[in-house]
Amino acid sequence: MMMEGLLPELDVIRKDFPILERVLDNGQSLVYLDSANTSQKPQVVIDTMVDHLEHHNANISRAMHQLGAESTEAFEGARDKVTAFIGAPSRDEVIFTKNATESLNLVANTLAWATGDLAIGAGDEIVITEMEHHSNIVPWQLLTQRKGATLKWFGLTEDGHLDLSNIEELINERTKVVSLTWVSNMLGTINPVAEIARRAHEVGAIVVLDASQAVPQLPVDVTASGADLLVFTGHKVVGPTGIGVLWGKRAVLEALPPFHGGGEMIETVRMDISTYAGIPHKFEAGTPPIIEAIGLGAAVDYLAHVGMEAIHAHERAITAYALEGLATLPGLRVLGPLDALQRGGAISFELDGVHPHDIAQVLDSRGVAVRAGHHCAKPAHARFGVQSSTRMSSYLYTTPAEIDALVEGLEYTRSYFKLS
Amino acid sequence: MSQDLDALYQEIILDHYKHPLHAGLREPFGAEVHHVNPTCGDEVTLRVQVDDGVVTDVSYDAMGCSISQASTSVMADLVIGKPVAEAMDIHQAFLTLMQGKGTVVPDEDVLEDGIAFAGVAKFPARVKCALLSWMAWKDATTQSGSVEPAHKEI
Repeated sequence: MMMEGLLPELDVIRKDFPILERVLDNGQSLVYLDSANTSQKPQVVIDTMVDHLEHHNANISRAMHQLGAESTEAFEGARDKVTAFIGAPSRDEVIFTKNATESLNLVANTLAWATGDLAIGAGDEIVITEMEHHSNIVPWQLLTQRKGATLKWFGLTEDGHLDLSNIEELINERTKVVSLTWVSNMLGTINPVAEIARRAHEVGAIVVLDASQAVPQLPVDVTASGADLLVFTGHKVVGPTGIGVLWGKRAVLEALPPFHGGGEMIETVRMDISTYAGIPHKFEAGTPPIIEAIGLGAAVDYLAHVGMEAIHAHERAITAYALEGLATLPGLRVLGPLDALQRGGAISFELDGVHPHDIAQVLDSRGVAVRAGHHCAKPAHARFGVQSSTRMSSYLYTTPAEIDALVEGLEYTRSYFKLS
Repeated sequence: MSQDLDALYQEIILDHYKHPLHAGLREPFGAEVHHVNPTCGDEVTLRVQVDDGVVTDVSYDAMGCSISQASTSVMADLVIGKPVAEAMDIHQAFLTLMQGKGTVVPDEDVLEDGIAFAGVAKFPARVKCALLSWMAWKDATTQSGSVEPAHKEI
């Protein structure tokens, strides 16, 4: 089947991902529709990491030998690749972390310790949204509780968008930070982040974007996004686990105090006091996940080679096809926007009479891998009066035939639970 | 493939799911607990009433999958009317079955409809679903102060 927007060489792309050939224990071929949870990895990422371990492994920045130089060059080369991939003005603004969660906690914790303009105190307000992943809720709860500040949030409209009707009131002179997701991991909604950032900047607040679901799917230019700080994780952009990114404007990163203290983040250390390295090293204490960073570099290179515009078009085509297919099932309700142009590739849904766990179990018996549960977004589920949902999520390797397998699997689920 | 599924979703389980026994919250009760499965969000509020060492009522409000709902129904039906010590033994037998990775042969005399969950033990991700309300019941019963000291350390 050929439809508008699909990647022209989808068969070739799929061959890049060895796991897609996997036959499961029950003899079923894998239909992987859980990429918003974690993406699969192309051979080039696997090979790059193995090659480094086999031929170049050494610690970085502290080993005065050939391997040390090679390892440092590969690690810093990965920083350059990420810098280019997200359009960052400077490589110094790209900080490697463990994952998006650590990036957000770095920001929330260093803000708790900040002095001057960035300091947070009683009477200050931090604004988030009701569609955030728990990792963009809990660090802000901790921060506001510790500093006596107030946490506020945008509500959601019935069709899964941010309710911006009270934006002027919600983001006001007391607002110090506005932190929100670019693309919802549950509803799929693409938020108007630049518009919200404009309002935040009017009142002097800084803007933190959780781009964990955006960087995999959309062409990202950090400057155009309006963000002051932006986070994402490596494993959702066909890279390995254990590596995340924090990008920040130089002035903001320089104004924030260090997060972890230790090796590599210092300029000099005396017994009574130390001075700190400049960015990015100020925030990279200890031996970093070297192999993982190098793997991430290969991953974003791979995506850039395929082309983010083309990947975005593919996701939109697959998402539109999936929404169409899901609409044929009686008793199925999609949570979030129904227009593929307004959403990313994660589609959460309910099926009347069958609990998400049971849906996922029946689909798994047919080789179809989806996620069931609250997707670390309990408040967003509560907003729509549901405790949990089933989520399918596609990526650049997803085919229309896999969507057909999902829809057939859901039809089978309905008959298995005697709903027809 | 549907053999595996049928091993998991026994008719008894689907019956209890569609028609749960002893559902709803009732009074009187000696203790009430609220347990959640943090990974999936399944929840149960469960009340226990013990009179003269006998479990006289288990009432609950539960949200969750077929396995967790059916397990709650089976558990309530099994322990209501039993002396606490005997109910604790049934609890232990169910726990052993669930943790046995499919190698434990259940005793129908003890577990009755609970034997239908033998297949669940082969699905590690679902064991927690089956155990949610059993753990809540044990917690509530312990909190109600009606457990013999010897049982408290289980």
